[in-house]
Amino acid sequence: MRAQRVGIEVSRAIAIAAKLANVDVVSAYPITPQTHIVEDIAELVANGELDAAYIPVESEHSAMSACLGASAVGARTFTATAGQGLELMHEVLYVASSMRLPVVMAVANRALSAPLSIWGDHSDVMAARDTGWIQIFAANGQETFDSVLCAFRIAEDQRVLLPAMVNLDGFHLTHMIEPIYIPEQSEVDKFLPPYQYPLPLDPDKPITMGAFASPYIYTETKKAQQVNLTAAKEVILQCWREFGDLFGRYYSPVEGYHCEKTKVLLLVMGSFSETAMSAIDTLRGEGKEVGLIKLRLWRPFPFDEIRRAVRDAEVLIVLDRALSFGGPGGPVCSEIRSALYNEDKKPKVIGFVGGLGGRDISPGGFKEIINRGIEISQTGSEQEFEMFGVRE
Amino acid sequence: MEKYAVFVPKLVTKRENFAPGHRACLGCGEALAVRLACKALGQNVIIVSATGCMEVISTPLPYTSWRVAWIHTLFENTGAVASGIEAGLKVMTRKGERPAKEINVVVMAGDGGTSDIGLQALSGALERGHDFLYICLDNEAYMNTGIQRSSATPYGASTTTAPAGKISIGQVTWKKNVPAIVAAHDVPYVATACPSYPFDLMAKVARGAAIHGPAYVHILSVCPTGWRSAPDLTIRIGRLAVETGMFPLYEVEDGKYKLSIDLPRLRPVQDYLKLQGRFRHLSEETIEEIQNRVNKEYARLKEKVA
Repeated sequence: MRAQRVGIEVSRAIAIAAKLANVDVVSAYPITPQTHIVEDIAELVANGELDAAYIPVESEHSAMSACLGASAVGARTFTATAGQGLELMHEVLYVASSMRLPVVMAVANRALSAPLSIWGDHSDVMAARDTGWIQIFAANGQETFDSVLCAFRIAEDQRVLLPAMVNLDGFHLTHMIEPIYIPEQSEVDKFLPPYQYPLPLDPDKPITMGAFASPYIYTETKKAQQVNLTAAKEVILQCWREFGDLFGRYYSPVEGYHCEKTKVLLLVMGSFSETAMSAIDTLRGEGKEVGLIKLRLWRPFPFDEIRRAVRDAEVLIVLDRALSFGGPGGPVCSEIRSALYNEDKKPKVIGFVGGLGGRDISPGGFKEIINRGIEISQTGSEQEFEMFGVRE
Repeated sequence: MEKYAVFVPKLVTKRENFAPGHRACLGCGEALAVRLACKALGQNVIIVSATGCMEVISTPLPYTSWRVAWIHTLFENTGAVASGIEAGLKVMTRKGERPAKEINVVVMAGDGGTSDIGLQALSGALERGHDFLYICLDNEAYMNTGIQRSSATPYGASTTTAPAGKISIGQVTWKKNVPAIVAAHDVPYVATACPSYPFDLMAKVARGAAIHGPAYVHILSVCPTGWRSAPDLTIRIGRLAVETGMFPLYEVEDGKYKLSIDLPRLRPVQDYLKLQGRFRHLSEETIEEIQNRVNKEYARLKEKVA
């Protein structure tokens, strides 16, 4: 395939990324809005365009479990899921990271039941926050495509060997047709070396994987995992630099839009950031000094980058697309507050939760959020956080 | 084989791929089954273990009893993990990413991990036709967590979650017939075995591993701790399970049933039950109920063989 910019559905672009990565095993169970990704991969396999085993498993629990097995014998492994599917995989996610199996997964972020909703928000991935996976959020189709390629390179790096998930908003991204640069196979091959798992399951060199740990040794295994995931950030940064050098698109854990020396900042994740940008443009046109921060890397959490990005701000408004019931608001806001708490100079952090179950937030909506955030920073609020756009 | 019974043990490998020094209870029939199965499987194998006694007693970090490639991930997903391993090896061989050498993929899981929580993953793997052998090590309850009932627990047995009491006989359901469920998937090979019949067990495990496609061997494993039986009676109790017809030994190859030991007359089930504390409370009436059920089930099996 020649490098070209094509109008393509983002789900389909993910399938092409998996093909260009020459994956060996794809194991998946269908769930809206992930279906187009796995349908397209199955089609590529059926047409002989991708030489891979597509395992049509009987559940998401088995999808991730089959990925564990395939990855443990040294196969490059990919899957995709959404919402309830990610929840059904939950316990298996921990095993992938704890056993250092670099599975790559696209998550078409979707709300959780009940009531049943097939539409997008971040409830699914936030419940998987502490599973030890590298977690990247994409804002548009190109970012999604690039992130999937990068995810293989990062996950399989011998210094990392951890699973990685690429989050893209269900429908808002999965079902969009966008112009996306698709590189040539030779370019991808230059960027992504063949997968070499250092200690695969092999009868000639028998190893025991997944042993049992008493209190005597469990804590040490978890410390090792923590050190490993934190240290993965350097590799992620290096990967994104090299990706940029090769393909001309540079990424970073925290990306700013008009945020240098800006007093009021809005922080969002995923596809909302592009809509928020136009709200920022409008407000700046009206003379308001506002900027945007887009959080791309969720795990390992980019503490330094976040602190640097908000250093000069007085107000930081955080919009979560997930709700921690009975808690301090959304998980993103909680973590940002916690990251800033011990800083000498820090902005006031104002939390909003919105865009649940696929409800869209228009540029006007973001304008409202920013204005209300500024108001709260001056007058305070009776609530720990506010839910945006609720009909009461 | 009977003709050469004296010599057969000498033909079995002395190599122990399931090393001694593990932490199984005294008289554990399951550890014996694993040891024999490992002798039959040889070294060209990847074993996928479910959570349970065998995983816990054999791999306390940083030690291991496994001299073959071995992986444990979770309780209920061995069918799926084995699927991934088998598919991964196959596709990597096809793509020239690994040497073209066939490896036997073998699951080992308990009765809980097979007949209850892992049944869906097992069914999925069977239906998709992966080339693997699934060994169920059936000790008829959740022994690792402390003798809780499973769907493989026999009628009338007392367990910690279905205890015998003033108004209960303990287990009030009949043992789930997992070999029949597996056979209903039309897989090429299904067998039952018991370590009290070691050469039969090894032959069946070897057959299951050699078969192309999904194979299943269901091994009754006496558990002195959970069955409240004397550890030195493990082999005898296993034999009695077979001789009473409580656990008949048979094979189903390509849908054809074959009895491994054709008993002209069954011993009374009482001979089997009376050696185990878990059945101690049973009335003569309940024992008769069990006897009738065994007679009926054995007759049904004989019909399938004919």
